[in-house]
Amino acid sequence: MALLEVTNLDVRFGLRQGEVRALRDVNFTLERGERLGIVGESGAGKSVAAFSLLNLIARPGFIAGGSISFEGQTLNTMSERGLRKVRGNRISMIFQDPMMTLNPVLSIGEQMIECLKAHRRISGKAARAICLDKLRQVQIPSPDTRLDQYPHELSGGMRQRVIIAIALLLDPDIIIADEPTTALDVTIQAEIMALLLELCEQHNVGLILITHDLGVVSQVTQRMLVMYAGRVIEQGPTREIINDPQHPYTQGLINALPQMATPGEKLNQIRGSMPSLSNLPSGCAFHPRCDFINRADGQPRLACTQQVPGFVESGNCRVACHMVAEMLEDRRVKEETS
Amino acid sequence: MSSPAEAMAANPTPTQNEKSADSLLQIRDLKKRFSLSGDFLEQLRFKGGKLVRHQEYVHAINGVDLDIKRGEALCVVGESGCGKSTVARTVMGLIKPSEGEIRYAGERIDNLSARQLLPYRKRMQMIFQNPYASLNPRMTIQQTLEEPLWLHHPDWNRQNVEAKVYDVMQSVGIDPDWGKRFGHEFSGGQRQRIAIARALAVDPEFIVADEPISALDVSIQAQVLNLLMDAQRERNLTYLFITHDLAVVEHFGTRVAVMYLGTVCEIATTATMFAKPRHPYTQALLSAIPRLEDDRPQHIRLSGEVPTPVNLPSGCVFHGRCPHANARCREEIPHLQTQDDGTRVACHAVEEGRL
Repeated sequence: MALLEVTNLDVRFGLRQGEVRALRDVNFTLERGERLGIVGESGAGKSVAAFSLLNLIARPGFIAGGSISFEGQTLNTMSERGLRKVRGNRISMIFQDPMMTLNPVLSIGEQMIECLKAHRRISGKAARAICLDKLRQVQIPSPDTRLDQYPHELSGGMRQRVIIAIALLLDPDIIIADEPTTALDVTIQAEIMALLLELCEQHNVGLILITHDLGVVSQVTQRMLVMYAGRVIEQGPTREIINDPQHPYTQGLINALPQMATPGEKLNQIRGSMPSLSNLPSGCAFHPRCDFINRADGQPRLACTQQVPGFVESGNCRVACHMVAEMLEDRRVKEETS
Repeated sequence: MSSPAEAMAANPTPTQNEKSADSLLQIRDLKKRFSLSGDFLEQLRFKGGKLVRHQEYVHAINGVDLDIKRGEALCVVGESGCGKSTVARTVMGLIKPSEGEIRYAGERIDNLSARQLLPYRKRMQMIFQNPYASLNPRMTIQQTLEEPLWLHHPDWNRQNVEAKVYDVMQSVGIDPDWGKRFGHEFSGGQRQRIAIARALAVDPEFIVADEPISALDVSIQAQVLNLLMDAQRERNLTYLFITHDLAVVEHFGTRVAVMYLGTVCEIATTATMFAKPRHPYTQALLSAIPRLEDDRPQHIRLSGEVPTPVNLPSGCVFHGRCPHANARCREEIPHLQTQDDGTRVACHAVEEGRL
């Protein structure tokens, strides 16, 4: 059994205009020590997915169906008391903005010790020793003085290191990192990512990395999910998806990167923009932007505009696309006849 | 009756003159300090029984020299706080430089009054980072796009202006029927198109773009970048493009200037810079780009962090984090020196051949 197993996760937001389905049919598993990337543009639902894992979705949002099972316990039906034992302890979280995550009126040490004491019976002295050790692990210079400083005295990169130290404080099994380096500069981003990767490997911690940066996902994770308009549209081993994306959206996303084009030439853009979740197009949500809604013989493929695509297995990847399904079916028929 | 050789001899610095001929914008020894100490009374402190005046500055730009040639896209890259946006704003005259000069097509523009600057404002336009903040929420798109036209073409009638707005909306790919709507009704990418349309409306020859695609999603970034490149081709625009995204620079830029703590540490053509970065900071910056390729990141780790621009380090501003720094780097400020292939680098180690 996998460490974390998410089945048919369905998250909705009850708004005045009606219910908006922010997430549907999300399925994935995470093994111990595995690193999983969730990629998508803003509004794709990747942060909602991360937050719902720990049942952190705030009203008017709610988990309408599906299950999140962690070591056999179902997190989405667990009591708040039970959840508190998991949050921060077994599964911890790193958020995007390091300034918003730390409490500005508590010193770094107080925040770290508070977290330790919430989960363990431990003396102040022992707690401080653990904190120092963790700060050393994230390579913060002179941790002893840092412990008594306040968040505003640290730079963005240092703050993010402190947050990683806090996330590691109780030796969790899984860290969920929601855009952990987006607010940072390139050189700092590279350092923080390398550090996170190193620590996860060292401690055999699973990582769920939410990001919009395909470069980061490709370097850090082993498997990835690509999300579009609240659904997973492609999932599988990171290398295979990056090297040979099947879904037209994933292809478009990768081909739109400046590094994929010849300098000075036009970039391969995806036309249009992501639809609003409250007003999704019929059929495949991507079809108005897709270049492959016609069949090979030039006739429009009706399924694209009428029917939500289900997953098909293509090698080690799962893809939700009628075009890919059709291609696979054709191949199968050809093989059978020959 | 002089032969070409004699003409060359009579003119000792032909390259210099050539340079000024085809460069649209020249920035010479630009400096900008922002005071941190408030007004005169707030600056007074008691020190050893005496009243002394104490002033502190953020040294945002410390002596920047740049030439922007006609028709090129000069990208300025650097991390937050390196002064790249301050350069952009100073060029546009949005802030006055503390020292140095800026010449536009040979004329000095940094000391002009707002009225004197008006004809230049028509020739140079700016696109800002955040399209959510740069469009007036109380104006319709039509009003937003008409405003610069009324200002710069007081002799035009309504028909002229409306025709121009229609043209420019079509050229950036927004439906002219949207003119009645307000900025908040559009997505980020569409807003940035509107901001570009506003810049293009007065037919400028020079555009300063300050992180124009940083606030946008990946698939939208490509659209906006394509739009900017099309506009450059069709209108023969010159860009000063400020960004922190090196992948974009590699694709978009003719030349690149890398800035660190208010100084330019390397200027080169884009291809040269990416093939052969010289300055240790450029090398670290380039190695930090997350790539799609298989191999694990082999980035150059820099020790420490960017120092505060309030108390600048002595010597080379980068020496505290540089793996190649020696005693000279800690004392003497390096200046840009031209290399064999035309790259200009400000680094003692490169100059001495240590690197």
